[in-house]
Amino acid sequence: MVDVPFDTVVAGVPPAEVGEVELYHPRSWWTRYVFSQDAKVIAIQYSITAMSIGMVALVLSWLMRLQLGFPGTFSFIDANQYLQLITMHGMIMVIYLLTALFLGGFGNYLIPLMVGARDMVFPYVNMLSYWVYLLAVVVLASTFFMPGGPTGAGWTLYPPQAILSGTPGQDWGIVLMLASLILFIIGFTMGGLNYVVTVLQGRTRGMTLMRLPLTVWGIFTATVMALLAFPALFVASVMLLLDRLLGTSFFMPTLVEMGQLTKYGGGSPILFQHLFWFFGHPEVYIVALPAFGIISDLISVHARKNIFGYRMMVWAIVGIGALSFVVWAHHMYVSGMNPYFGFFFATTTLIIAIPTAIKVYNWVLTLWRGDIHLTVPMLFALAFIVTFVNGGLTGLFLGNVVVDVPLSDTMFVVAHFHMVMGIAPIMAVFGGIYHWYPKVTGRMLNEALGRFHFWVSFLGAYAVFFPMHYLGLLGRPRRYHDIGETAFIPASAHDLNAFMSVAALIVGFAQLVFLFNLIWSLFKGKEAGGNPWGAASLEWQTPQTPPGHGNWGKELPIVYRWAYDYSVPGATRDFVPQNEPPAGLSAQGSHP
Amino acid sequence: MSAIILFMAGIAAIAGWWLSQQRLTAKPWLEEGLMVDFREESTSSLPPAKIGLGVFLAVVGSLFALFISAYSMRMNMVDWRALPVPRLLWFNTGVLVTSSIALQWAYMAARRNDIDGVMIGLCAGGASAVTFLVGQLLAWRQLNAAGYFLASNPANSFFYLITAVHGLHLMGGLAALGRTTAKVWRGAEATQVRLSTELCAIYWHFLLLVWLVLLGLLTGWTDDFLDICRRLLT
Repeated sequence: MVDVPFDTVVAGVPPAEVGEVELYHPRSWWTRYVFSQDAKVIAIQYSITAMSIGMVALVLSWLMRLQLGFPGTFSFIDANQYLQLITMHGMIMVIYLLTALFLGGFGNYLIPLMVGARDMVFPYVNMLSYWVYLLAVVVLASTFFMPGGPTGAGWTLYPPQAILSGTPGQDWGIVLMLASLILFIIGFTMGGLNYVVTVLQGRTRGMTLMRLPLTVWGIFTATVMALLAFPALFVASVMLLLDRLLGTSFFMPTLVEMGQLTKYGGGSPILFQHLFWFFGHPEVYIVALPAFGIISDLISVHARKNIFGYRMMVWAIVGIGALSFVVWAHHMYVSGMNPYFGFFFATTTLIIAIPTAIKVYNWVLTLWRGDIHLTVPMLFALAFIVTFVNGGLTGLFLGNVVVDVPLSDTMFVVAHFHMVMGIAPIMAVFGGIYHWYPKVTGRMLNEALGRFHFWVSFLGAYAVFFPMHYLGLLGRPRRYHDIGETAFIPASAHDLNAFMSVAALIVGFAQLVFLFNLIWSLFKGKEAGGNPWGAASLEWQTPQTPPGHGNWGKELPIVYRWAYDYSVPGATRDFVPQNEPPAGLSAQGSHP
Repeated sequence: MSAIILFMAGIAAIAGWWLSQQRLTAKPWLEEGLMVDFREESTSSLPPAKIGLGVFLAVVGSLFALFISAYSMRMNMVDWRALPVPRLLWFNTGVLVTSSIALQWAYMAARRNDIDGVMIGLCAGGASAVTFLVGQLLAWRQLNAAGYFLASNPANSFFYLITAVHGLHLMGGLAALGRTTAKVWRGAEATQVRLSTELCAIYWHFLLLVWLVLLGLLTGWTDDFLDICRRLLT
């Protein structure tokens, strides 16, 4: 295995022609497909791993829905198992699926291609990043087979209950969960350094920051945020692990457990909450910003129109990234905090609505009088906008202290965050996959199966989560596996729950159709050609599809324009690629 | 959480300054053609590894700022009993300063193309860093022998935890230092190891700075400052 020593990585602006020695070359099957240092292979490895563990989380959600829809019917789901299901479902979906897929999957594939680089700047570290991530996933999945099973502490892992004996998975589950998170953060940091430095230093000639596609802006900003926010989860995990294993009292207060005074004393559970949410809130935008970027590109390409307000889009991404670090305590309104604190955090929370609304308006204005092609990626992009607005509006409710207090810990919160950071980002993921699959494989995904997948997923997700808001308003608490006969919950709510469960099962099966489509189209899909959507950004201008090793053939492309020249008056085609020189300039370093 | 907020404000200031240099007010839809001087427009002339180290230091800084935040919140609880700082720490601090100076010496020698000077600097830096780590372990043993166990008080827990995390970062640095030294050993030119030596020196200076801040925290010198920060937020 040959890795490029840091010293020989080209400094500053890469020359037009890159010598053979400067690119890492795989010498064997193993280094080409398994221990590969090529960002494109690493991206596919990340995506497959993330989607595999995501399927596990999907099955967990089925089991939860079975229990909620038909309580008492399934004897194999008891209260403890239900808690384990919600914990693992939440943690896997948020961290091991969405974060890994957006940054490790889309980031690895798209950043080098979109900025016109041959690869990430530190390919060896990039490879390590994936293998550490895989190890984290394996450690996490192993908790299913440990004595006591996975932890049931809820995805927030709040102490003291997370490590007390009443909580399922107290033996191995919680320890391995924390170990897995620590591994994930180490692996992510390795990858994140690559994504940031590649965007900063790996751009080809002419690719100024303001010519970057918004996807890169989204992934770049999200990575910077993740690099700064994940240490908070790291600190919290290490300290909780020490509390659990070595009996320290960072977070554990003096308490009596099963009639016995524990060895703990004086610790502060609130401290954990501060650390957790200092990571946890930026995490929402770590998932949302790449989605914002992807959606901007999808809408522009499939509406054949330049993105409206590019500058504002960039500023909004940066603004959201900065603001998201000063809102964390809105997750803690009911933790007994000082009311002035609550007021401060409610204000910052509502201020985030401004840059977010700017983005939504700009998407809508991009669509306005565009030549909208309702392709499958476009359908998902439109669904993203609708869903994100929905989830965002309930976020305005919950951001206010007085509204949040009665709604806290009800299904309303569950419905809110599933809309805003469950369904919406997943719509962006699907849109992105349908859009870039032809570049990755050279073949189109099947259109009919794609439409079926879209409509069932979109309508089905609404059938699940719209009624959930209503259950929340009724006061149905979250995290309860069975509420039995409760005076304030009418019988009709149980029927609603059954309906939602059936819808959830159907949505789940639609994902199997999607998986089938991914595999079937790999062999039988329509040949895509280099640029099936007529897109202007750089990744569609590679000399080969799928892009070869080193991405760009002999010469790196030169960028002459931004990524959104669609339907330019007077142009011969309805898009002008970024590397097409303006009239009068010779086509230096560009590919047909 | 005041320490991390201050740290983030610093990062935001740096990021804001950098962004302000990037022509974020450009109108890319109007600007066709090659940028006039794309070398300045596109990327800076710093080597990627140096930028990478800078970003990594921001991550490590964030990690320690969070530990300090947690420390300052936890020390306000009633059960906190500050522990006596072993005298050995002063010696260790001196050794770490020596280590930093030695690596700076190595870097300066690399710039003068003096490969022997590089070797001496790297070895002296590495040896004193190892001495520092051994000294930290001895300090732990002294505390342990005096009955200040890890779990007996949160102040002890934080002491062991923070020094351990700092030590682990130094050990990671030693791995990079070892690679560079091996390169020199195998007969590399001074120009070939200039960048690696510089990166090691920067990392060492950073860890020294972090250690001085941590020392201030552990000895209680910064208590007044933490108190002021805490009042600012409440």
